[in-house]
Amino acid sequence: MADSPAPSSAIASIAAVEAGLAAQGYIASRQIATAVYLSQAIDKPILVEGPAGVGKTELAKAIAAWRGLKMIRLQCYEGLDEAKALYEWKYAKQLLYTQILKDKLGEVLGGAQTLHAALGQLHDFGDVFFSKEFVEPRPLLQALLEPEGCVLLIDEIDKSDAEFESLLLEILSDFQVTIPELGSIAAAKPPTVILTSNSERNLGDALKRRCLHLHIGFPEQRLEERIVESRVPGISQTLRRQLVAFIHDIRTLDLKKQPSVSETIDWARVLVLLQAAELGHEMVKDTLNVLLKYESDIEVALPQVTTFVAKAQRQNIFG
Amino acid sequence: MQENLHRFFRAARGAGVHVSPAESIDAMRAVASVGVADRTVLRDTMLLTLAKSEDEKKALGACFDLFFAHVDPAQAEANDETQQDAASNEAQAAPPPGQPAGGEANAELGPLAQMLLAQNTADISAAIANASSAVGLSEIRYFTQRGLYSSRMLETMGIQRLRDDLDALTETTPALAERLQAGLDGLRDTVRDAVAQALALYGREETENLRHEILRNAQLSRIEPRQVAEMRALIRQIARRLRERYSKPRKRQRRGHLDVRRTLRRNAAWGSVPFLTAWKRKHRDRPKIVALCDVSGSVARVSDFFLLLIHSLHDVVSDVRSFAFSGHLIEVSEILERKSAEDAMAEIMHKVGFGSSDYGSSLVDFEKQFMASVTPQTTVIVLGDARSNKLDPRADILKAISERAKRVVWLNPEGRVTWGWGDSEMPRYQTFCNVVRPCATAQQLERAVSDIVSAYQ
Repeated sequence: MADSPAPSSAIASIAAVEAGLAAQGYIASRQIATAVYLSQAIDKPILVEGPAGVGKTELAKAIAAWRGLKMIRLQCYEGLDEAKALYEWKYAKQLLYTQILKDKLGEVLGGAQTLHAALGQLHDFGDVFFSKEFVEPRPLLQALLEPEGCVLLIDEIDKSDAEFESLLLEILSDFQVTIPELGSIAAAKPPTVILTSNSERNLGDALKRRCLHLHIGFPEQRLEERIVESRVPGISQTLRRQLVAFIHDIRTLDLKKQPSVSETIDWARVLVLLQAAELGHEMVKDTLNVLLKYESDIEVALPQVTTFVAKAQRQNIFG
Repeated sequence: MQENLHRFFRAARGAGVHVSPAESIDAMRAVASVGVADRTVLRDTMLLTLAKSEDEKKALGACFDLFFAHVDPAQAEANDETQQDAASNEAQAAPPPGQPAGGEANAELGPLAQMLLAQNTADISAAIANASSAVGLSEIRYFTQRGLYSSRMLETMGIQRLRDDLDALTETTPALAERLQAGLDGLRDTVRDAVAQALALYGREETENLRHEILRNAQLSRIEPRQVAEMRALIRQIARRLRERYSKPRKRQRRGHLDVRRTLRRNAAWGSVPFLTAWKRKHRDRPKIVALCDVSGSVARVSDFFLLLIHSLHDVVSDVRSFAFSGHLIEVSEILERKSAEDAMAEIMHKVGFGSSDYGSSLVDFEKQFMASVTPQTTVIVLGDARSNKLDPRADILKAISERAKRVVWLNPEGRVTWGWGDSEMPRYQTFCNVVRPCATAQQLERAVSDIVSAYQ
């Protein structure tokens, strides 16, 4: 049963996903790999939730790079609407064309004797100005029109309004959009859709139902070490272990914003730049602002630094 | 496997995970493509397709472990074996001589008895599984049904025949009968476990609903201490529902009224030819609420919940000013905004709580200091029993308030029958209130608040 061919995808197995993403420098946990595999196998969007900086957006980038697809990104914000996300009529072009074609129109209509006849003729080519040439595709429509398929990243969906969610439903379930003047436009090849959310507000059930729901939390120590290893090549093994152990200790504190993976990587880069071979108290204290983004958090963490550094060093000896 | 998955979906619903038919189809398709060989992958798949929030993931994970721990035949066998071992340990010593005798007797025995004597655990667990689907064990809802379902299952498995066999054997071969009796005891235990597990899997939601239903309609003033925590959770749930329903943006388009200025501005790019139209919007009134909460001794048990609800009102409505009083009145808006519900309640009760109530002087306090907070958009909510210890009720102040305010709503934790009896001043206050409601249960509380907020929609 496991090796039954997936309908429209070339991904062989969950392990292949893991390897593919790893080649792009994205170390995926088993859950993430399963989600990516399933989204291909049953053509479903993935809704990724989790704290900021755990690699939600990175995941989409990694998939795009691995599959060699174009990535189209739609950043959501309050007030985002149809015209900016889906499509828009090129009004100026329509206007320009009517002006240029004025004479032509006169010719066409010239033959008509009565108003009714003229109207009838006008009806015959009335749809010219509402054809595909005058549609300005925005990210969502672009993604559907991409002949090779693509990775569509709808970033921070929780920032958009509730109405916008309903707009997405048709795309997410059927991979098509309906433009009243043109009819439905279906995807040339279903795009891989990734939605990310920071859980700022609760998303509607209708949206959630159409997606695979993936929650990415802070990674385990081993996994985080591997992530640092792949992202910061110049780092020594000793420093890497100490650093990750230290950050895991920091996360146990009651902080306003927990340091996430992106901060771990930044910090690792800083330490490499400072040519640190090992974690030292002074150096940690000096560079703590890379890790913690609030003054109050730094105040909470500072008294613990010595303990945590010592603990991290000890762990390195025995672990 | 499909049957198992369906049962699992039902169990998931029992665990409080919302599984719609569409989601179960997705899960089926997903399972078809990942296969069922790897338990962890299967678990991940279920979590991805069915659970839609972190809480649901946790619940579903636990449910998955419970469910598949039992279905797994290998494990079930292991379980049975240990049970059988325990049950037949003392019998084990005796059998060798009895064994051939048993072999002879087996011919006349019923299938269940033979199964038990042969100690074929795989057969037994298969029989239990068959029996449980025959009696519809997954329909079990309440703990009171446990006995019913176990006896039904045993009947389906043929316990009647077994009893006859047992009677017959006691007369002919007592040793065998003893073994059979031990086997029967073991079987009873296994069935009882199966039913208990089914209840844990399928019955949870129903039990929870029933308890909530009872709690919603229970008198707030008579809630037992052990239920207080649950009640608080329930009120918080109510508050969340109110927030979801009423915290939507308060703008609504008025179709048909063209906003000429905005239309012209928007179309400036193409020479003000109006391609895009802008419509006038209607601004709804922002809810403004002034809440007066009685925290005196007579309503002490209810005021806890009143305060909790006001605390959650602060989340729903941006413009709330709240006051607490017993002998005198103080403003508590800031405490409620700043602190968590529990801390705020403790602080308020410490400051003004548990006194004997004096509505008159509290209203005087309000008139002197805070009358300006009542505007024609304000809804004034008074939560209290209107028992003023025979002191002057100063209904004239309430009259002045009601003249200034949009509405005055009085929520009374006592039933209508008692209004006006003893020191209750309710009839006098009632004249100046737009809405008067008895408000003794959580459900009534929810309806009342919902009405108040919806008046602004």
